[in-house]
Amino acid sequence: MTLSVDIEHRAGEFLLQAEFAAPGGVTALFGRSGSGKTTLVNLIAGLLRPKRARIVLDGEILVDTSQGIELPAHRRRIGYVFQDARLFPHLSVRGNLLYGRRFRPATRHGVSVDDIVALLGLGDLLQRQPQTLSGGEQQRVAIGRALLASPRLLLLDEPLASLDAPRRAEILPYIERLRDQLQLSMIYVSHSVAEVARLSNHLIVLEKGRIIADGATAPVLARSDLAIEADDAGAVLRATVVEHDAAFALTRLRAAGGYLYVPLCTLAPGSRAHLHVRARDVMLATRALNDVSAQNILDGTVSAMRERGAHAVEVRVTCGDDTILASITRRAADRLGLTEGMRVYAIIKSVAIDSAGLGPEATNRQGVQES
Amino acid sequence: MFGLSPDEIAAVRLSLRVAFWASVASLPLALAVSLWLARSRARGKALISALVHLPLVLPPVVTGYLLLLLFGNNGVVGRWLADSLGIVLAFRWTGAALASAVMGFPLMVRAMRLSIEAVDTRLEQAASTLGAAPLWVFVTITLPLILPGILAGSALMFAKAMGEFGATITFVSNIPGLTQTLPSAIYTFTQVPGGDAAALRLTAISVAVSMGALLISEVLAQRVARRLRST
Repeated sequence: MTLSVDIEHRAGEFLLQAEFAAPGGVTALFGRSGSGKTTLVNLIAGLLRPKRARIVLDGEILVDTSQGIELPAHRRRIGYVFQDARLFPHLSVRGNLLYGRRFRPATRHGVSVDDIVALLGLGDLLQRQPQTLSGGEQQRVAIGRALLASPRLLLLDEPLASLDAPRRAEILPYIERLRDQLQLSMIYVSHSVAEVARLSNHLIVLEKGRIIADGATAPVLARSDLAIEADDAGAVLRATVVEHDAAFALTRLRAAGGYLYVPLCTLAPGSRAHLHVRARDVMLATRALNDVSAQNILDGTVSAMRERGAHAVEVRVTCGDDTILASITRRAADRLGLTEGMRVYAIIKSVAIDSAGLGPEATNRQGVQES
Repeated sequence: MFGLSPDEIAAVRLSLRVAFWASVASLPLALAVSLWLARSRARGKALISALVHLPLVLPPVVTGYLLLLLFGNNGVVGRWLADSLGIVLAFRWTGAALASAVMGFPLMVRAMRLSIEAVDTRLEQAASTLGAAPLWVFVTITLPLILPGILAGSALMFAKAMGEFGATITFVSNIPGLTQTLPSAIYTFTQVPGGDAAALRLTAISVAVSMGALLISEVLAQRVARRLRST
């Protein structure tokens, strides 16, 4: 899948100007609310009409205003999972799931209903009415409904935003299954760094209707000049699951800079994982510590420092192939005498690691070309 | 039947027939007008809306007289209908149905329009992203969601048509067996000595039928509210 987008759209005072190419896999659209993320996906889906645009999906021109081409939404075959599930209230779960099937082209077989029901764990819900489902169940049905219309591309507009943390944790593995088992390309809108880090291989950051960063997820997330909220800024580490410690409800991972303990997860030992670590959850020490409660100590080198606000410094620490960000006070940096090239120990509290930020690395990246 | 005279039975049957056809025949037009009023962003919406609601506030005799001027045998539309289609409305039961339909139209449109405005258009957007063309979206999403509103509007129209008097008697007169509807018959019985018993019998029927239709309309309106709230 390749999607190329070049859009200029005005809504009142707001001007959206965006040009990018999504390489396949999961492309995250990240930005604060009001940055134009939803407008952008609505334009791609055909729910909004752009002032000027050219959108090409796998060589097919969906929109080219200069040629007067504008395919209506129902002929684009782009699936859309909305923030609010938008299930049809007069149809059962089964009716909702099957809705798109009658419209899909005969040449496209797509996935079977049974497969989707199994994949999303919908077996017990089929006869229910949407009103009786929990938020997480509704969102799973909405995802299934979109998939069964055999889309070429799936847009997800903050599908987890209206759910609480446990529900979010319940849905994320399903989205990973779409990515890994169905090899479905997705545009995933989010303002959660943890979700973006966990799911996407490509990241586009929007601010005030403009793209301010576009590239592979890990390097973009590690850029400190972006508008990524200070609270959430952080780095993505790649690690291998070593073992589970059920007694302490922890999982041990091996990352480039050392071992990490994180809250118990369901990934199999030996599998690769993505881990998002927020900069504010990382402490730095210039000597190895033994008598400290934190169990995650990564050995690295300071590769860059930059001031962030009046009192904070963001320190970039290179541990093998990975980069970790630490946000510390300017005073602390001063007292430690931190300089670039210095050897440091990055200390991460296990309990600070959000389970939403931990997930398997995409197992298969066929057709994904990183720019 | 309930000790009714042949004339009284004829009046009840005529009113039921008039009310039925007034409801059925105006349904497509009312749905089209409601959709347009609920969804269109065109200018002149207020004007059309006012025109639709006019019969609600005009004296019924004025509406009836206007109908007579337009659809009477010498009226512009009436003559054309008679010459080209062979349809005569004046002093026929069909004219009573037309008068009832015009008088009930605002009620029908109002009920339908409210149910259409209550439909979440984002559901229709969702359907279009699943591949449904606009007509399909209307048939499979919009129509089922507003169906209770359509039925409620029709029930209201039916009740209104059962009771329509002023415009009907002005337009089609009060000919027993031909254009004498239930209200016209009640009126006639109140004007003649000894007609009280018959007037009371017909009044009871009128109240029962109208009450039943209103109850149905109310139940359906509640159902539409419940269905749309639960999304």
